[in-house]
Amino acid sequence: MSVGKNEPRRDGPAKLTGRALYLDDVAIPGCWHGVTVRSSVPHGTIKSIAYDPAFPWDECVVVTAKDIPGKNLVALIEADQPLLADGVVRHREEAIVLIAHPDRATAYEAAKRVRIEYEPLPPVFDMEKSDTVFKSYLIERGDLDAGFAAADVVVQGEYRTPSQEQAYIENNAIAAYEEDGVLIVTGSLQCPYYVLKAMKQIFDRTEDKIRVIQTVTGGGFGGKEEYPSMLAGHAALLALKAGRPVKIVYERHEDMAATTKRHPSVVRHRTALTKEGKLLAQDIEVIMDGGAYATLSGVVLSRGTLHAAGVYECPNVRVRSKVVMTHTPPNGAFRGFGAPQTLFAAELHWEKVADALGIDSLTLRRRNIFKVGSTTSTGQVLMESVGAEECLEKTVKASGYAAKRKEYDRWNADPKKPTWKGIGLAVCHHGAGFTGSGEVYLASRAGVALTAKGELIVLAASTEIGQGTNTMFAQVASDALGVPASWFSVETPDTHKVPDSGPTVASRTCMIVGGLVGRATKDLKRAFENEFGRVPKTTADLKKAAAVLCKGSPARRFEVQFEKPPEVTWDDKTYRGDAYGVYSYAAIAVDLEIDRLTCEVRVRKVTTAQDIGKAINPLLAEGQIIGGSTQGLGWALLEEPLFKDGVMINSQLTNYVIPTSLDTPPFEVMLVEKPYSRGPFGAKGLGELPMDIPGPAVAAAVKHATGRLIPTLPHTPERIAQAMK
Amino acid sequence: MRGDAKSMTVLSPRTAAEAVRTYAKVPSALPFAGGTDVMVGWNLGQLNGRAVLDLSRVAEWKKIRVVSDGVDLGSLVTHAQIQAHPVLRKRFPLLVAACATVGAAQIQNRGTIGGNIANASPAGDTFPALSVYEATVRAVGPNGRRGVPVSDIFAGVKKTTLKPGELIEAVFLPFPDRTPTRGVFRKVGTRAAQAISKTVFAGLVWNGKGGVLEEARLAFGSMAPTVRRLHAVEGYLRGRRLNDVSISAAAELLPNDVSPIDDIRSTREYRLSVSRNILMAFLKGELK
Amino acid sequence: MIKLTVNGKKKSFKGAPFKRLIDVLREDFALTGTKEGCGEGECGACTVLLDGEPVNSCLIPACQADGRKVETVESLGVPEKLSKLQEGFLACGGAQCGICTPGMLMTAHAHLRSKGKSDERSVREALSGNLCRCTGYQDIVKSVIKTAKGLKR
Repeated sequence: MSVGKNEPRRDGPAKLTGRALYLDDVAIPGCWHGVTVRSSVPHGTIKSIAYDPAFPWDECVVVTAKDIPGKNLVALIEADQPLLADGVVRHREEAIVLIAHPDRATAYEAAKRVRIEYEPLPPVFDMEKSDTVFKSYLIERGDLDAGFAAADVVVQGEYRTPSQEQAYIENNAIAAYEEDGVLIVTGSLQCPYYVLKAMKQIFDRTEDKIRVIQTVTGGGFGGKEEYPSMLAGHAALLALKAGRPVKIVYERHEDMAATTKRHPSVVRHRTALTKEGKLLAQDIEVIMDGGAYATLSGVVLSRGTLHAAGVYECPNVRVRSKVVMTHTPPNGAFRGFGAPQTLFAAELHWEKVADALGIDSLTLRRRNIFKVGSTTSTGQVLMESVGAEECLEKTVKASGYAAKRKEYDRWNADPKKPTWKGIGLAVCHHGAGFTGSGEVYLASRAGVALTAKGELIVLAASTEIGQGTNTMFAQVASDALGVPASWFSVETPDTHKVPDSGPTVASRTCMIVGGLVGRATKDLKRAFENEFGRVPKTTADLKKAAAVLCKGSPARRFEVQFEKPPEVTWDDKTYRGDAYGVYSYAAIAVDLEIDRLTCEVRVRKVTTAQDIGKAINPLLAEGQIIGGSTQGLGWALLEEPLFKDGVMINSQLTNYVIPTSLDTPPFEVMLVEKPYSRGPFGAKGLGELPMDIPGPAVAAAVKHATGRLIPTLPHTPERIAQAMK
Repeated sequence: MRGDAKSMTVLSPRTAAEAVRTYAKVPSALPFAGGTDVMVGWNLGQLNGRAVLDLSRVAEWKKIRVVSDGVDLGSLVTHAQIQAHPVLRKRFPLLVAACATVGAAQIQNRGTIGGNIANASPAGDTFPALSVYEATVRAVGPNGRRGVPVSDIFAGVKKTTLKPGELIEAVFLPFPDRTPTRGVFRKVGTRAAQAISKTVFAGLVWNGKGGVLEEARLAFGSMAPTVRRLHAVEGYLRGRRLNDVSISAAAELLPNDVSPIDDIRSTREYRLSVSRNILMAFLKGELK
Repeated sequence: MIKLTVNGKKKSFKGAPFKRLIDVLREDFALTGTKEGCGEGECGACTVLLDGEPVNSCLIPACQADGRKVETVESLGVPEKLSKLQEGFLACGGAQCGICTPGMLMTAHAHLRSKGKSDERSVREALSGNLCRCTGYQDIVKSVIKTAKGLKR
């Protein structure tokens, strides 16, 4: 059995020895460097573009919107984002002109020699004042007015979260070139088929004339979900015009300022409860800032909206949400994808409710938390695999939460102590896979190939971006077939070699695509059994069997397509039904200490229990939990993109501060497994789950420590000091 | 990465005298020691086409010499080397503590004390320590040598009082006549490591008989365009008995000596209130 | 001409003396293991050892590496024979996306080789100049401590 074991990471040896090839490591003979000239105003029309005549432009290739053979569009969901600005710019750093040159420094010099004049138009920066709504949702359950009428107490709160930069250590990088009539695009990306679909429209080509190949990718976290489509379009335009390969490798400050970030949010709660703390009604409002173009905002809002009521049962719920336009660089996917924003509010609101009722927030959570049989805000009955209580209780026990609440109260009351101490809790659910009808729409395919030489190859478009995709696939296939995991290799995500398994996002790679890989491998198993009565026992066996089964072809593919479980029903129009096939659950306790002189926060320990259905590889699963939780801690305490005139001004790692090894505490991680009947070996979603809870747990801990509820992130020392006044 | 290596002229003197001569001949050359500040600008393409005076071969400036009245640090001594030196660790612990907070190991292995001073960042972590140790910066130029007290070496944000053609050859740390009763270095940064300071403090006190403070040397960085000795506070405290009343009164004088601002890392209000807290805790003997 | 030793081999570089060490390694010596993440000396992905000490190679011009000893991740091991430290990382989950890993390994390698302390605090301090966005550091720290214990025996 491979599933459940800590099989070593497949891509480990190559990465550890410096042999793994990230895009900028790949030798591409004759490759030129591409650079981007970007808008220096947040909103305006382009009056003129002038090229300094003293510069040797004949050495360069220059591209503008006029050079786009097909549509000037980065196809995603709405058709509103141009590949290159044409006549009008809607955000700072919007791409206008592309330049390629054999020498990188000269390419950058060329970019400085382009002078663009604008007629400025008034920009909108405040999401609460924007009239342009990209998308809105309404969720209604029960009778809201009746719920409020019956209330013993009504508690209101308003919560704000900032943008957040993914800060993958490898900046966005893509190269493009044409070979034998095929436009090849390769680089750091999460979703090869998203890029392919975008390229089809930009270059008016069919799929066989475009090929997208993922290189080893140095982190994504959602930041390379859709942005690479834009970058690929840029690199390809330059490459086709230059008649040679072109690569674009972003600099750090460019990547931070120009590419997608987490949607900022304002979330308002109005909550009706009985005096015992049972939820009677939740009235929730959500506003998110989408930036200048829609991109993924509608889906981010969707997930945020569907999680807005938290992991609790409430008979009467209304969620009204909208995502609006501002003249800032478009926001996009970042781990959690709208849920961290609304869950921050839902969880921290319990601290306010606790104060109003005089009942602690742990007791309140216990009284309302989801169990098997609970119904969600969209009317979904949670039929199985609900680990919320187990996660909460395990976390409370292992962290010593109850005793520490009292102990720290005593500590904080002593004026002689140098710090304030606090311990805070949060619990969440996180839907696995695409929302509602999303997985049906994606119609993902994945499979395995058996080559005539006896190789077993997993075929999926899901990318390894550090989370362990390749290792997990091999383990799933290994157990599905009943052979060692080492017999399987995983094909490079190359659109000429693998089927469209959908994007590597939404915590779906194991549950959905791993599930497809498992099913396809079972078909292969059946093929072996039908032919030989059993599965090969040795690699020599395998080679012989392969030769027979392949019947003279070089390989035989076993591919399956996603099938919606029949019990899942969803109505996109009313936003009612089974929003996700299943949810994962997690709870966290954050134990921290605040210096009374400076209000600096030091997190002393994090204790967390996370229900992921089944840990295919426990070591990799824990790694995802610790890593995701650390990003959550960064968002809670350190990270804040600062904007002035619509552009991020702290766009370097010096001033956009992510946690170092000295900023992160020891983590105690407990894996809870409440198997999901439709997941491979019971597995659910994992990747995003850890992101949802550190934010509110930190805020709750700070409230415990200081007595102040600060409804905004990050909890910088400045904000804490201000609250203490 | 926008630096154009082909466009650079690199001048590599091998001795101090040659460095001074070369710099006098090419005054537009950019003196370059460890490069941890200069190279950031270079990566942004800001230095293309310039001449660079690579000082890394000037062996005379790499020495740490212990003499009878103090320690002479060559300007090319790195932050890591300062931390490792036993006499510096014993006699100038605040400077050692400060060096440990500059960036992280990779920066400390390259950044030099002279380069740090020449860069003259308002947030220089070593400057409050150099300030309270009353270090002297030794500059050498076409007209010879001169000693500049560290209190006079900084002219403003990223500006020194070095004259044209002058390079920093050493920083001299005089042994105090009497061992301080207490000394503390405290930096408040943006995070636990690799942090730029929001405020950075160094303080030394000498107590006399009967709980009376004989002398205090107090300095803050990141609280003004240059590092500031707290002359008003020090003047008030001299000869005074330290108690809650006198310490509070002293802290009231802090705004006379510093001028913090709102910037990308912090706010004026936070800086002032935290600096006041640190100062008071130090004077009370509660700051570690 | 600049002469230096790279991973034990004598090398020479005849290009522009101000070319960055990271670019000389990656482009002229085809050692692409060392990565660039920020160009500011913040992320440490470009860490190499210069005369045994960790430095950010994105901030060093080649002329300052003249006559010196440089070690990169390629000196540690190969996939067929990983070093003890690399094995430790593999066993403890010290690498996820891997882009910070070469720099992280070089810093850890220098720490272990100079007999740096192997308690958690000392290891975290030693690694504080290497940013990782994937792991949250715990498994990296575990990898280094496990290796240190193994080396002691």
